[in-house]
Amino acid sequence: MEKFRSHTGRVAPLRRSNVDTDQIIPAVYLKRVTRTGFEDGLFAAWRSKEPDFVLNRPEYAGASILVAGSDFGTGSSREHAVWALLDYGFRVVISPRYGDIFRGNSHKAGLLTIELDQAAVQQLWEYAENDPAAEVTVDLDARVVRAGDLELTFHIDDYARWRLLEGLDDISVTEQHGHDIAAFEAARPTWMPVTR
Amino acid sequence: MGRTLAEKVWDSHLVRQREGEPDLLYIDLHLVHEVTSPQAFDGLRLAGRKVRRPELTIATEDHNVPTENIEQPIADEVSRIQVETLRRNCAEFGVRLYPMGDREQGIVHVIGPQLGLTQPGMTVVCGDSHTSTHGAFGALAFGVGTSEVEHVLATQTLLLRPFKTMVVTVTGSLQQGVTAKDIILAVIARIGTGGGQGYVIEYRGSAIEALSMEARMTVCNMSIEAGARAGMIAPDDTTFEFLQGRPHAPAEWGAAVEYWQTLRTDDDAVFDAEVVLDADELTPFVTWGTNPGQGCTLDASVPDPASFADAADRASAEQALAYMDLRPGTPLREITVDTVFIGSCTNGRIEDLRAAAAVLKGRRVDANVRMLVVPGSMRVKEQAEAEGLNRVFLDAGAEWRSAGCSMCLGMNPDQLAVGERSASTSNRNFEGRQGKGGRTHLVSPLVAAATAVRGTLSAPADLED
Ligand code: SF4
Repeated sequence: MEKFRSHTGRVAPLRRSNVDTDQIIPAVYLKRVTRTGFEDGLFAAWRSKEPDFVLNRPEYAGASILVAGSDFGTGSSREHAVWALLDYGFRVVISPRYGDIFRGNSHKAGLLTIELDQAAVQQLWEYAENDPAAEVTVDLDARVVRAGDLELTFHIDDYARWRLLEGLDDISVTEQHGHDIAAFEAARPTWMPVTR
Repeated sequence: MGRTLAEKVWDSHLVRQREGEPDLLYIDLHLVHEVTSPQAFDGLRLAGRKVRRPELTIATEDHNVPTENIEQPIADEVSRIQVETLRRNCAEFGVRLYPMGDREQGIVHVIGPQLGLTQPGMTVVCGDSHTSTHGAFGALAFGVGTSEVEHVLATQTLLLRPFKTMVVTVTGSLQQGVTAKDIILAVIARIGTGGGQGYVIEYRGSAIEALSMEARMTVCNMSIEAGARAGMIAPDDTTFEFLQGRPHAPAEWGAAVEYWQTLRTDDDAVFDAEVVLDADELTPFVTWGTNPGQGCTLDASVPDPASFADAADRASAEQALAYMDLRPGTPLREITVDTVFIGSCTNGRIEDLRAAAAVLKGRRVDANVRMLVVPGSMRVKEQAEAEGLNRVFLDAGAEWRSAGCSMCLGMNPDQLAVGERSASTSNRNFEGRQGKGGRTHLVSPLVAAATAVRGTLSAPADLED
């Protein structure tokens, strides 16, 4: 995974709440067995049906920070939702609240998801709508979002932040605790089920 | 201080705990299906890793599989490749797989409990959000993403921050015609689709204790629709009776039961949040919108978005009504449907089919309605056929299919067409969930069957006048 310290880019304001992962990427795109190339599925229904949808508007082309309403990424566990956002070019999502599984997936795959309250999200929407070309900086090191004169600090789990900053992969970290795992396994009750 | 059920199961699976780091938790059972696993197996291959404990891992084909002509190869090429990829991966990594057509094949959350693999006090994960279903047995069961699937395959553990705990107490008892599905739809409407975020919900109270295992699974299944990571119900005699004699039930039965009986929330344990619901007051529930929190009783009318105090709720209701093509004030009973779907990991078990068949017996599906009955597993199908339920469905004019996720998410050919409206026993009414442009009303099996007969959203009681 690539290291993530700070990112500067333009904002796509997505004025919707309860954007579930079925909307982020519909099930038909989940049939693939590859890990890349999911950008065509991102918000596929809205992109095809709604000419005014934010990603269809030329002034937001190339935006890399998605700012959405509350409860973004609820529903299905599909990590494809995170891959689709990354493949499309997003590096950061900002929303007041997320589906738990989506949030966990995002940090594992290197997409930074930040929680800011509704008032801050509103400010960012207006900022991006007043001037779609204006840039925003998301500084993970300092835990702050800078947009013009705005300085919005955010909280993020220390461990998640450390992993993103270092670009670490969980499996290699866990493998260092192989002896703890083996000790735990040795103490499991013998009647626990096995699949064969 | 006492501990909750969820905390007890958590604590007993701690492999490693350090200040400032997530806990490392051991996983007792890992369920795998074709959609969320290919990239995880690829990751293992690239890194030269093995599956650490293949005997704690089980795989099945469910999301993509057709539910008719299953003896033929899958026609859709992309689906076929995904299923074949799972077969190759399971063979290469030594994971037991129940493929399409196998007697044990079915929806991953139906077959785990059915085989007796899901047991009280276990940790169960799957690359699927409805893993919460298994919490009905007092297991800590939750969905994970593909990166975590790979992590579990490689290490049989997960790195996790503890969840918060919520208790939903359902007092009283359910009236005739009111089901577990109505309980959980009412809970979600009460706390909202985000209300459970970060929580494990424990369900308890007299109405929960009275539920069968099938019904408890329905409740826990939809915990994710309230935003919760998991749902749990303390194991009791109903649980033990369900498990006894299943293929993977413990041989050392006495020792197992003795341990399972300790799996209860202590009297002095404190939950982070509490909700109380009175079962006596519940009536059949249906959704009118495009998330599972947008529901109300069947007796009500489509709400006016203007009646929502919160601006985001109002906007979301407006968007939902536009998508659903519904007008505020329309009585729900006047809404006409094209399709009725009975199935899914929410309501595709034998009891659900029995309930629906009891309503349909001696009646006909409305001429304008297509009704699909899809058993949750091949075993459920076999059982239903032994009881003659398939005859009831076929005689009524419904279609009787083989096991799979089917129209719950429309990855196989069972889909709604653009603009079509369904009454569905599944769990998600998201835009396009059952097919692009399709509209979904979530209902119980009883309401689904009555709706099929009348052609409009209905309860069984409506068939009697
Ligand atoms: S039946 Fe539906 S909710 Fe259940 S596992 Fe299949 S697709 Fe998911």
